Amino acid sequence: METVVEIEHLKKSFGNNHVLNDINLKIERGENMVVFGKSGSGKSVLIKCLVGLLEPDEGKVVILGNEIAKLPTEELNVLRKKIGFLFQSAALYDSMTVRENLEFPLRDLKKKPQAEIDALVLETLTSVGLEDAMDKMPSELSGGMRKRVGLARTLILKPEIILYDEPTTGLDPITSKEISQLILDVQKKYNAASIIITHDVECARITANRMVVIKEGQCIAQGTFNELSASTDKWVSSFFK
Amino acid sequence: MPINLKIENKVVVEKIAKLAEHSHIKALKGFFIEMAELSIFTLRFFKEALKPRYEFKELIKQAYLIGYKSFPLVAITGLIMGLVLTIQSRPTLAEFGAESWLPAMVAVSIVREIGPVITALIFAGKVGSGIGAELASMKVTEQIDAMEVSGINPFKYLVVTRIAAATFMLPVLVIAADAISMYGAYIGVNLKGDVSFHLFFLEVFAKLSFSDVFPALIKTVFFGLAIGLIGCYKGYNADKGTEGVGKAANAAVVYASLMVFVIDMIAVQVTSLFS
Repeated sequence: METVVEIEHLKKSFGNNHVLNDINLKIERGENMVVFGKSGSGKSVLIKCLVGLLEPDEGKVVILGNEIAKLPTEELNVLRKKIGFLFQSAALYDSMTVRENLEFPLRDLKKKPQAEIDALVLETLTSVGLEDAMDKMPSELSGGMRKRVGLARTLILKPEIILYDEPTTGLDPITSKEISQLILDVQKKYNAASIIITHDVECARITANRMVVIKEGQCIAQGTFNELSASTDKWVSSFFK
Repeated sequence: MPINLKIENKVVVEKIAKLAEHSHIKALKGFFIEMAELSIFTLRFFKEALKPRYEFKELIKQAYLIGYKSFPLVAITGLIMGLVLTIQSRPTLAEFGAESWLPAMVAVSIVREIGPVITALIFAGKVGSGIGAELASMKVTEQIDAMEVSGINPFKYLVVTRIAAATFMLPVLVIAADAISMYGAYIGVNLKGDVSFHLFFLEVFAKLSFSDVFPALIKTVFFGLAIGLIGCYKGYNADKGTEGVGKAANAAVVYASLMVFVIDMIAVQVTSLFS
Protein backbone atom coordinates (compact mmCIF):
# COMPACT_ATOMS: atom_id res chain seq x y z
CA MET A 1 0.00 0.00 0.00
CA GLU A 2 1.22 3.49 -0.84
CA THR A 3 1.38 6.01 2.01
CA VAL A 4 -0.17 9.28 0.82
CA VAL A 5 -0.18 11.25 4.09
CA GLU A 6 2.58 11.10 6.66
CA ILE A 7 2.48 13.20 9.82
CA GLU A 8 5.49 13.14 12.15
CA HIS A 9 5.72 14.79 15.59
CA LEU A 10 3.27 17.53 14.64
CA LYS A 11 2.88 20.31 17.19
CA LYS A 12 0.75 23.44 17.02
CA SER A 13 0.00 25.99 19.73
CA PHE A 14 -2.01 29.19 19.91
CA GLY A 15 -0.34 31.19 22.67
CA ASN A 16 -0.29 28.96 25.72
CA ASN A 17 -2.92 26.65 24.28
CA HIS A 18 -1.09 23.56 22.99
CA VAL A 19 -3.65 22.24 20.51
CA LEU A 20 -1.58 19.55 18.80
CA ASN A 21 1.07 17.87 20.87
CA ASP A 22 3.18 15.33 18.98
CA ILE A 23 0.79 13.80 16.47
CA ASN A 24 2.07 10.88 14.36
CA LEU A 25 -0.11 9.38 11.64
CA LYS A 26 0.16 7.55 8.32
CA ILE A 27 -2.67 7.19 5.80
CA GLU A 28 -2.64 4.78 2.88
CA ARG A 29 -4.15 5.30 -0.57
CA GLY A 30 -7.83 4.37 -0.67
CA GLU A 31 -8.15 4.34 3.12
CA ASN A 32 -10.85 6.15 5.13
CA MET A 33 -9.43 7.32 8.43
CA VAL A 34 -11.77 8.82 10.99
CA VAL A 35 -10.29 11.23 13.50
CA PHE A 36 -12.44 11.20 16.60
CA GLY A 37 -12.32 13.52 19.58
CA LYS A 38 -14.11 16.07 21.70
CA SER A 39 -14.85 19.56 20.36
CA GLY A 40 -11.74 21.70 20.74
CA SER A 41 -9.41 18.71 20.79
CA GLY A 42 -7.52 19.97 17.73
CA LYS A 43 -9.09 17.83 14.99
CA SER A 44 -9.81 20.72 12.62
CA VAL A 45 -6.40 22.28 13.34
CA LEU A 46 -4.84 18.97 12.29
CA ILE A 47 -6.40 18.97 8.81
CA LYS A 48 -5.77 22.69 8.35
CA CYS A 49 -2.06 21.97 8.94
CA LEU A 50 -2.23 19.32 6.20
CA VAL A 51 -3.23 21.82 3.49
CA GLY A 52 -1.05 24.65 4.70
CA LEU A 53 -3.92 26.80 6.02
CA LEU A 54 -2.08 26.72 9.35
CA GLU A 55 1.66 26.47 9.80
CA PRO A 56 2.81 23.84 12.31
CA ASP A 57 5.18 24.93 15.07
CA GLU A 58 7.14 21.68 14.90
CA GLY A 59 7.03 18.40 13.03
CA LYS A 60 6.68 17.29 9.45
CA VAL A 61 3.69 16.86 7.12
CA VAL A 62 4.40 14.90 3.95
CA ILE A 63 1.62 14.69 1.36
CA LEU A 64 2.08 12.58 -1.78
CA GLY A 65 5.82 12.70 -1.17
CA ASN A 66 5.99 16.50 -0.73
CA GLU A 67 6.87 18.12 2.56
CA ILE A 68 4.30 20.90 2.89
CA ALA A 69 6.45 23.36 4.86
CA LYS A 70 9.22 23.26 2.25
CA LEU A 71 7.01 23.86 -0.80
CA PRO A 72 7.01 27.28 -2.50
CA THR A 73 3.51 28.82 -2.87
CA GLU A 74 3.15 27.88 -6.56
CA GLU A 75 4.02 24.23 -5.94
CA LEU A 76 1.82 24.15 -2.85
CA ASN A 77 -1.10 25.40 -4.96
CA VAL A 78 -0.46 22.63 -7.52
CA LEU A 79 -0.44 20.05 -4.71
CA ARG A 80 -3.60 21.54 -3.18
CA LYS A 81 -5.46 20.66 -6.38
CA LYS A 82 -4.85 17.01 -5.54
CA ILE A 83 -6.37 17.48 -2.08
CA GLY A 84 -10.09 18.02 -1.60
CA PHE A 85 -11.35 19.81 1.50
CA LEU A 86 -14.97 19.70 2.58
CA PHE A 87 -15.53 22.44 5.14
CA GLN A 88 -17.89 22.06 8.07
CA SER A 89 -20.10 24.85 6.68
CA ALA A 90 -19.47 23.66 3.07
CA ALA A 91 -18.04 27.19 2.42
CA LEU A 92 -19.86 27.63 -0.89
CA TYR A 93 -19.17 30.93 -2.65
CA ASP A 94 -22.48 32.63 -1.96
CA SER A 95 -22.26 35.11 -4.84
CA MET A 96 -22.04 32.25 -7.36
CA THR A 97 -24.55 29.66 -8.56
CA VAL A 98 -23.97 25.95 -7.91
CA ARG A 99 -22.63 25.60 -11.47
CA GLU A 100 -20.19 28.50 -10.99
CA ASN A 101 -19.10 27.08 -7.63
CA LEU A 102 -18.15 23.84 -9.38
CA GLU A 103 -16.51 25.57 -12.34
CA PHE A 104 -14.41 27.81 -10.13
CA PRO A 105 -11.70 25.27 -9.13
CA LEU A 106 -11.29 24.36 -12.84
CA ARG A 107 -10.33 27.89 -13.90
CA ASP A 108 -6.57 27.39 -13.44
CA LEU A 109 -6.47 24.18 -15.45
CA LYS A 110 -5.46 24.28 -19.10
CA LYS A 111 -8.21 25.78 -21.23
CA LYS A 112 -10.93 23.21 -21.56
CA PRO A 113 -13.80 23.59 -24.02
CA GLN A 114 -17.00 24.80 -22.31
CA ALA A 115 -18.86 21.66 -23.43
CA GLU A 116 -16.30 19.51 -21.62
CA ILE A 117 -16.59 21.64 -18.46
CA ASP A 118 -20.42 21.45 -18.62
CA ALA A 119 -20.25 17.67 -18.92
CA LEU A 120 -17.85 17.43 -15.97
CA VAL A 121 -20.06 19.66 -13.80
CA LEU A 122 -23.13 17.60 -14.68
CA GLU A 123 -21.32 14.31 -14.03
CA THR A 124 -20.03 15.49 -10.63
CA LEU A 125 -23.38 16.91 -9.56
CA THR A 126 -25.10 13.68 -10.63
CA SER A 127 -22.67 11.69 -8.49
CA VAL A 128 -23.92 13.58 -5.41
CA GLY A 129 -27.55 13.42 -6.61
CA LEU A 130 -28.00 17.14 -7.22
CA GLU A 131 -28.13 17.52 -11.00
CA ASP A 132 -31.35 19.60 -10.69
CA ALA A 133 -29.73 22.22 -8.45
CA MET A 134 -27.23 23.37 -11.06
CA ASP A 135 -28.55 26.91 -11.47
CA LYS A 136 -29.57 27.51 -7.87
CA MET A 137 -27.84 29.92 -5.52
CA PRO A 138 -26.32 28.50 -2.30
CA SER A 139 -28.90 30.44 -0.26
CA GLU A 140 -31.65 28.35 -1.90
CA LEU A 141 -30.15 25.05 -0.71
CA SER A 142 -30.77 23.09 2.49
CA GLY A 143 -27.91 22.16 4.86
CA GLY A 144 -27.61 18.65 3.40
CA MET A 145 -27.68 19.96 -0.18
CA ARG A 146 -24.98 22.50 0.64
CA LYS A 147 -22.77 19.71 1.98
CA ARG A 148 -23.38 17.69 -1.20
CA VAL A 149 -22.52 20.67 -3.42
CA GLY A 150 -19.42 21.27 -1.28
CA LEU A 151 -18.45 17.65 -1.81
CA ALA A 152 -19.13 17.94 -5.56
CA ARG A 153 -16.87 21.01 -5.71
CA THR A 154 -14.20 18.98 -3.92
CA LEU A 155 -14.62 16.01 -6.26
CA ILE A 156 -14.55 17.94 -9.53
CA LEU A 157 -10.75 18.05 -9.48
CA LYS A 158 -10.65 14.27 -8.84
CA PRO A 159 -8.51 14.59 -5.70
CA GLU A 160 -6.25 11.84 -4.42
CA ILE A 161 -6.85 12.85 -0.80
CA ILE A 162 -10.09 14.20 0.67
CA LEU A 163 -10.34 15.94 4.03
CA TYR A 164 -13.79 16.09 5.59
CA ASP A 165 -14.28 18.55 8.45
CA GLU A 166 -17.28 17.33 10.44
CA PRO A 167 -19.33 16.34 7.38
CA THR A 168 -22.49 15.45 9.29
CA THR A 169 -22.58 18.20 11.92
CA GLY A 170 -25.87 20.08 11.99
CA LEU A 171 -27.71 17.56 9.82
CA ASP A 172 -30.66 15.35 10.74
CA PRO A 173 -29.93 11.60 11.22
CA ILE A 174 -31.30 10.60 7.79
CA THR A 175 -29.30 13.21 5.88
CA SER A 176 -26.24 12.39 8.03
CA LYS A 177 -26.54 8.77 6.98
CA GLU A 178 -26.87 9.78 3.31
CA ILE A 179 -23.73 11.93 3.55
CA SER A 180 -21.83 9.11 5.30
CA GLN A 181 -22.93 6.71 2.54
CA LEU A 182 -21.80 9.27 -0.05
CA ILE A 183 -18.34 9.38 1.58
CA LEU A 184 -18.18 5.62 1.23
CA ASP A 185 -19.28 5.78 -2.44
CA VAL A 186 -16.61 8.42 -3.14
CA GLN A 187 -13.96 6.17 -1.59
CA LYS A 188 -14.98 3.31 -3.87
CA LYS A 189 -15.35 5.42 -7.02
CA TYR A 190 -12.23 7.58 -6.74
CA ASN A 191 -9.98 5.32 -4.62
CA ALA A 192 -9.11 8.45 -2.66
CA ALA A 193 -7.61 8.46 0.83
CA SER A 194 -9.86 10.34 3.24
CA ILE A 195 -9.46 11.88 6.66
CA ILE A 196 -12.84 12.35 8.26
CA ILE A 197 -13.01 14.62 11.28
CA THR A 198 -16.12 13.87 13.27
CA HIS A 199 -17.66 13.15 16.63
CA ASP A 200 -20.66 11.42 15.05
CA VAL A 201 -20.43 7.73 16.02
CA GLU A 202 -22.81 6.62 13.25
CA CYS A 203 -20.75 8.46 10.60
CA ALA A 204 -17.59 6.83 11.97
CA ARG A 205 -19.21 3.39 11.96
CA ILE A 206 -20.26 3.71 8.32
CA THR A 207 -17.13 5.32 6.89
CA ALA A 208 -14.08 4.28 8.95
CA ASN A 209 -11.50 1.72 7.84
CA ARG A 210 -9.39 2.92 10.71
CA MET A 211 -9.99 5.34 13.57
CA VAL A 212 -7.77 7.59 15.64
CA VAL A 213 -8.89 9.17 18.90
CA ILE A 214 -7.36 12.53 19.84
CA LYS A 215 -7.25 13.79 23.40
CA GLU A 216 -5.44 16.96 24.48
CA GLY A 217 -3.60 17.13 21.17
CA GLN A 218 -2.31 13.56 21.24
CA CYS A 219 -3.41 10.32 19.56
CA ILE A 220 -4.42 8.16 22.49
CA ALA A 221 -5.94 5.24 20.60
CA GLN A 222 -5.99 3.74 17.09
CA GLY A 223 -7.86 0.85 15.58
CA THR A 224 -10.96 -0.20 13.68
CA PHE A 225 -14.41 0.94 14.77
CA ASN A 226 -15.11 -2.42 16.43
CA GLU A 227 -11.77 -2.42 18.26
CA LEU A 228 -12.25 1.09 19.64
CA SER A 229 -15.89 0.61 20.53
CA ALA A 230 -14.83 -2.40 22.63
CA SER A 231 -12.02 -0.43 24.27
CA THR A 232 -11.59 -0.78 28.03
CA ASP A 233 -10.29 2.81 28.24
CA LYS A 234 -13.00 4.78 30.02
CA TRP A 235 -12.49 7.95 27.99
CA VAL A 236 -12.46 6.18 24.60
CA SER A 237 -15.45 3.97 25.39
CA SER A 238 -17.46 7.01 26.57
CA PHE A 239 -17.74 8.12 22.90
CA PHE A 240 -19.52 4.93 21.89
CA LYS A 241 -22.13 4.87 24.66
CA MET B 1 -9.02 60.68 58.84
CA PRO B 2 -8.68 63.43 56.19
CA ILE B 3 -4.98 62.58 55.90
CA ASN B 4 -5.77 58.91 55.29
CA LEU B 5 -8.38 59.85 52.74
CA LYS B 6 -5.83 62.03 50.99
CA ILE B 7 -3.30 59.20 50.92
CA GLU B 8 -5.91 56.73 49.67
CA ASN B 9 -6.97 59.16 46.93
CA LYS B 10 -3.36 59.61 45.91
CA VAL B 11 -2.90 55.85 45.66
CA VAL B 12 -6.05 55.53 43.55
CA VAL B 13 -4.99 58.40 41.29
CA GLU B 14 -1.54 56.86 40.89
CA LYS B 15 -3.11 53.51 40.01
CA ILE B 16 -5.43 55.13 37.48
CA ALA B 17 -2.51 57.09 36.00
CA LYS B 18 -0.50 53.89 35.73
CA LEU B 19 -3.43 52.09 34.08
CA ALA B 20 -3.99 55.03 31.73
CA GLU B 21 -0.31 55.10 30.87
CA HIS B 22 -0.45 51.36 30.26
CA SER B 23 -3.56 51.62 28.07
CA HIS B 24 -2.02 54.54 26.14
CA ILE B 25 1.10 52.50 25.49
CA LYS B 26 -1.07 49.56 24.50
CA ALA B 27 -3.14 51.72 22.13
CA LEU B 28 0.00 53.27 20.64
CA LYS B 29 1.55 49.84 20.20
CA GLY B 30 -1.67 48.62 18.55
CA PHE B 31 -1.64 51.61 16.22
CA PHE B 32 1.94 50.97 15.08
CA ILE B 33 1.28 47.25 14.63
CA GLU B 34 -1.81 48.06 12.53
CA MET B 35 0.18 50.54 10.43
CA ALA B 36 2.91 47.97 9.86
CA GLU B 37 0.35 45.34 8.85
CA LEU B 38 -1.40 47.77 6.50
CA SER B 39 1.96 48.63 4.92
CA ILE B 40 2.74 44.94 4.36
CA PHE B 41 -0.77 44.48 2.92
CA THR B 42 -0.19 47.44 0.56
CA LEU B 43 3.18 46.08 -0.61
CA ARG B 44 1.60 42.68 -1.18
CA PHE B 45 -1.12 44.36 -3.28
CA PHE B 46 1.45 45.95 -5.61
CA LYS B 47 3.45 42.73 -5.80
CA GLU B 48 0.42 40.57 -6.64
CA ALA B 49 -1.05 43.20 -9.00
CA LEU B 50 2.05 43.16 -11.20
CA LYS B 51 2.42 39.39 -11.27
CA PRO B 52 0.43 37.30 -13.79
CA ARG B 53 -2.18 35.82 -13.88
CA TYR B 54 -4.38 38.90 -14.30
CA GLU B 55 -8.00 38.57 -13.24
CA PHE B 56 -9.51 40.79 -15.97
CA LYS B 57 -12.97 39.22 -15.84
CA GLU B 58 -13.29 39.77 -12.09
CA LEU B 59 -11.79 43.27 -12.44
CA ILE B 60 -14.46 44.25 -14.97
CA LYS B 61 -17.18 42.75 -12.75
CA GLN B 62 -15.91 44.71 -9.75
CA ALA B 63 -15.58 47.90 -11.82
CA TYR B 64 -19.24 47.47 -12.78
CA LEU B 65 -20.34 46.79 -9.18
CA ILE B 66 -18.15 49.46 -7.61
CA GLY B 67 -18.40 52.14 -10.31
CA TYR B 68 -21.61 51.79 -12.27
CA LYS B 69 -23.70 50.78 -9.26
CA SER B 70 -22.44 53.82 -7.31
CA PHE B 71 -23.32 56.24 -10.11
CA PRO B 72 -26.94 57.06 -9.08
CA LEU B 73 -25.87 57.94 -5.52
CA VAL B 74 -22.93 60.02 -6.75
CA ALA B 75 -25.11 61.76 -9.37
CA ILE B 76 -27.78 62.79 -6.85
CA THR B 77 -25.13 63.98 -4.39
CA GLY B 78 -23.36 65.91 -7.16
CA LEU B 79 -26.55 67.66 -8.31
CA ILE B 80 -27.45 68.71 -4.74
CA MET B 81 -23.85 69.78 -4.09
CA GLY B 82 -23.81 72.18 -7.07
CA LEU B 83 -27.29 73.51 -6.34
CA VAL B 84 -26.69 74.15 -2.63
CA LEU B 85 -23.25 75.66 -3.11
CA THR B 86 -24.66 78.12 -5.65
CA ILE B 87 -27.66 79.07 -3.53
CA GLN B 88 -25.48 79.55 -0.42
CA SER B 89 -22.78 81.57 -2.21
CA ARG B 90 -25.09 83.97 -4.06
CA PRO B 91 -25.97 86.31 -1.11
CA THR B 92 -22.32 86.81 -0.14
CA LEU B 93 -21.27 87.56 -3.70
CA ALA B 94 -24.33 89.79 -4.18
CA GLU B 95 -23.18 91.91 -1.22
CA PHE B 96 -20.05 92.79 -3.18
CA GLY B 97 -21.90 93.10 -6.46
CA ALA B 98 -20.00 90.10 -7.77
CA GLU B 99 -22.85 87.79 -8.74
CA SER B 100 -21.34 87.40 -12.18
CA TRP B 101 -18.45 85.52 -10.55
CA LEU B 102 -20.84 82.85 -9.29
CA PRO B 103 -20.34 80.26 -12.09
CA ALA B 104 -16.57 80.54 -11.98
CA MET B 105 -16.36 80.46 -8.18
CA VAL B 106 -18.65 77.45 -7.89
CA ALA B 107 -16.79 75.65 -10.70
CA VAL B 108 -13.37 76.14 -9.11
CA SER B 109 -14.68 75.08 -5.67
CA ILE B 110 -16.29 71.97 -7.06
CA VAL B 111 -13.49 70.86 -9.34
CA ARG B 112 -10.63 71.56 -6.94
CA GLU B 113 -12.06 70.43 -3.65
CA ILE B 114 -15.72 69.77 -2.98
CA GLY B 115 -16.37 67.38 -5.89
CA PRO B 116 -13.44 65.02 -5.22
CA VAL B 117 -13.78 65.05 -1.41
CA ILE B 118 -17.57 64.68 -1.16
CA THR B 119 -17.62 61.99 -3.86
CA ALA B 120 -14.78 60.15 -2.13
CA LEU B 121 -16.62 60.27 1.19
CA ILE B 122 -19.81 58.93 -0.41
CA PHE B 123 -17.69 56.28 -2.14
CA ALA B 124 -16.00 55.35 1.17
CA GLY B 125 -19.40 54.96 2.80
CA LYS B 126 -20.87 52.82 0.06
CA VAL B 127 -17.94 50.92 -1.44
CA GLY B 128 -15.51 50.82 1.51
CA SER B 129 -18.10 49.37 3.86
CA GLY B 130 -19.39 47.01 1.16
CA ILE B 131 -15.93 45.59 0.46
CA GLY B 132 -15.16 45.34 4.19
CA ALA B 133 -18.39 43.51 4.98
CA GLU B 134 -18.22 41.21 1.94
CA LEU B 135 -14.65 40.05 2.51
CA ALA B 136 -15.19 39.75 6.27
CA SER B 137 -18.24 37.54 5.77
CA MET B 138 -16.30 35.44 3.24
CA LYS B 139 -13.57 35.05 5.83
CA VAL B 140 -16.00 34.13 8.62
CA THR B 141 -17.77 31.53 6.48
CA GLU B 142 -14.42 30.01 5.38
CA GLN B 143 -14.98 30.93 1.71
CA ILE B 144 -11.51 32.52 1.55
CA ASP B 145 -9.98 29.35 3.04
CA ALA B 146 -11.95 27.29 0.51
CA MET B 147 -10.45 29.33 -2.32
CA GLU B 148 -6.96 28.88 -0.89
CA VAL B 149 -7.27 25.10 -0.55
CA SER B 150 -8.51 24.91 -4.16
CA GLY B 151 -5.09 26.23 -5.17
CA ILE B 152 -6.47 29.66 -6.13
CA ASN B 153 -4.81 32.80 -4.78
CA PRO B 154 -7.66 34.57 -2.93
CA PHE B 155 -5.60 37.72 -2.46
CA LYS B 156 -5.20 38.14 -6.20
CA TYR B 157 -8.80 37.21 -7.02
CA LEU B 158 -10.59 39.12 -4.24
CA VAL B 159 -8.29 41.87 -3.01
CA VAL B 160 -6.29 43.00 -6.06
CA THR B 161 -9.39 43.24 -8.27
CA ARG B 162 -11.39 45.25 -5.72
CA ILE B 163 -8.58 47.72 -4.97
CA ALA B 164 -7.81 48.17 -8.67
CA ALA B 165 -11.51 48.71 -9.47
CA ALA B 166 -11.86 51.30 -6.68
CA THR B 167 -8.71 53.08 -7.89
CA PHE B 168 -9.88 53.23 -11.52
CA MET B 169 -13.54 53.98 -10.90
CA LEU B 170 -13.38 56.80 -8.34
CA PRO B 171 -11.76 59.30 -10.76
CA VAL B 172 -14.43 58.43 -13.34
CA LEU B 173 -17.17 58.97 -10.76
CA VAL B 174 -15.60 62.27 -9.67
CA ILE B 175 -15.58 63.52 -13.28
CA ALA B 176 -19.25 62.56 -13.56
CA ALA B 177 -20.09 64.14 -10.18
CA ASP B 178 -18.28 67.36 -11.13
CA ALA B 179 -20.18 67.58 -14.43
CA ILE B 180 -23.53 66.96 -12.71
CA SER B 181 -22.62 69.47 -9.98
CA MET B 182 -22.05 72.09 -12.67
CA TYR B 183 -25.48 71.37 -14.01
CA GLY B 184 -26.83 71.73 -10.45
CA ALA B 185 -25.01 75.06 -10.21
CA TYR B 186 -26.56 76.14 -13.52
CA ILE B 187 -30.03 75.36 -12.10
CA GLY B 188 -29.08 77.24 -8.89
CA VAL B 189 -27.96 80.32 -10.83
CA ASN B 190 -31.21 80.34 -12.79
CA LEU B 191 -33.41 80.12 -9.69
CA LYS B 192 -32.92 83.86 -9.18
CA GLY B 193 -31.54 84.92 -12.51
CA ASP B 194 -31.50 84.26 -16.19
CA VAL B 195 -28.23 82.90 -17.50
CA SER B 196 -28.12 80.85 -20.67
CA PHE B 197 -26.57 77.39 -20.64
CA HIS B 198 -23.96 78.52 -23.17
CA LEU B 199 -22.96 81.63 -21.19
CA PHE B 200 -22.83 79.73 -17.90
CA PHE B 201 -20.42 77.13 -19.20
CA LEU B 202 -18.42 79.74 -21.09
CA GLU B 203 -17.84 81.44 -17.71
CA VAL B 204 -17.01 78.13 -16.07
CA PHE B 205 -14.43 77.03 -18.63
CA ALA B 206 -12.90 80.50 -18.88
CA LYS B 207 -11.86 80.31 -15.23
CA LEU B 208 -10.96 76.65 -15.01
CA SER B 209 -7.40 75.78 -15.87
CA PHE B 210 -5.33 72.63 -16.23
CA SER B 211 -3.86 73.23 -12.76
CA ASP B 212 -7.38 73.07 -11.29
CA VAL B 213 -8.42 69.85 -12.98
CA PHE B 214 -5.29 67.69 -13.14
CA PRO B 215 -4.13 67.73 -9.46
CA ALA B 216 -7.73 67.19 -8.36
CA LEU B 217 -8.02 64.12 -10.57
CA ILE B 218 -4.66 62.74 -9.44
CA LYS B 219 -5.69 62.92 -5.80
CA THR B 220 -8.90 60.99 -6.54
CA VAL B 221 -6.72 58.10 -7.74
CA PHE B 222 -5.12 58.05 -4.29
CA PHE B 223 -8.53 58.41 -2.61
CA GLY B 224 -9.76 55.34 -4.53
CA LEU B 225 -6.61 53.38 -3.73
CA ALA B 226 -6.89 54.21 -0.01
CA ILE B 227 -10.61 53.34 0.15
CA GLY B 228 -10.07 50.02 -1.64
CA LEU B 229 -7.00 49.17 0.43
CA ILE B 230 -8.60 49.92 3.78
CA GLY B 231 -11.86 48.16 2.89
CA CYS B 232 -9.99 45.04 1.74
CA TYR B 233 -7.52 45.12 4.65
CA LYS B 234 -10.27 45.33 7.25
CA GLY B 235 -12.38 42.66 5.56
CA TYR B 236 -9.56 40.25 4.75
CA ASN B 237 -8.22 40.41 8.32
CA ALA B 238 -11.58 40.31 10.09
CA ASP B 239 -11.85 38.35 13.30
CA LYS B 240 -14.00 35.27 13.35
CA GLY B 241 -17.69 35.66 14.03
CA THR B 242 -20.50 37.89 12.83
CA GLU B 243 -19.36 40.65 15.18
CA GLY B 244 -16.17 40.80 13.13
CA VAL B 245 -18.18 41.51 9.95
CA GLY B 246 -19.86 44.56 11.49
CA LYS B 247 -16.59 45.77 12.96
CA ALA B 248 -14.79 45.40 9.63
CA ALA B 249 -17.49 47.32 7.72
CA ASN B 250 -17.55 50.07 10.32
CA ALA B 251 -13.76 50.39 10.57
CA ALA B 252 -13.46 50.41 6.76
CA VAL B 253 -15.74 53.49 6.48
CA VAL B 254 -14.21 55.35 9.43
CA TYR B 255 -10.56 54.85 8.45
CA ALA B 256 -11.19 55.31 4.71
CA SER B 257 -13.00 58.62 5.38
CA LEU B 258 -10.18 59.75 7.64
CA MET B 259 -7.62 58.81 4.98
CA VAL B 260 -9.51 60.88 2.39
CA PHE B 261 -8.93 63.99 4.51
CA VAL B 262 -5.30 63.09 5.23
CA ILE B 263 -4.57 62.55 1.52
CA ASP B 264 -6.44 65.74 0.68
CA MET B 265 -4.28 67.71 3.12
CA ILE B 266 -1.09 66.25 1.63
CA ALA B 267 -2.35 66.86 -1.92
CA VAL B 268 -3.06 70.53 -1.14
CA GLN B 269 0.47 70.97 0.21
CA VAL B 270 2.03 69.24 -2.80
CA THR B 271 -0.10 71.23 -5.27
CA SER B 272 0.77 74.54 -3.60
CA LEU B 273 4.47 73.61 -3.76
CA PHE B 274 4.29 73.15 -7.53
CA SER B 275 2.07 76.13 -8.20
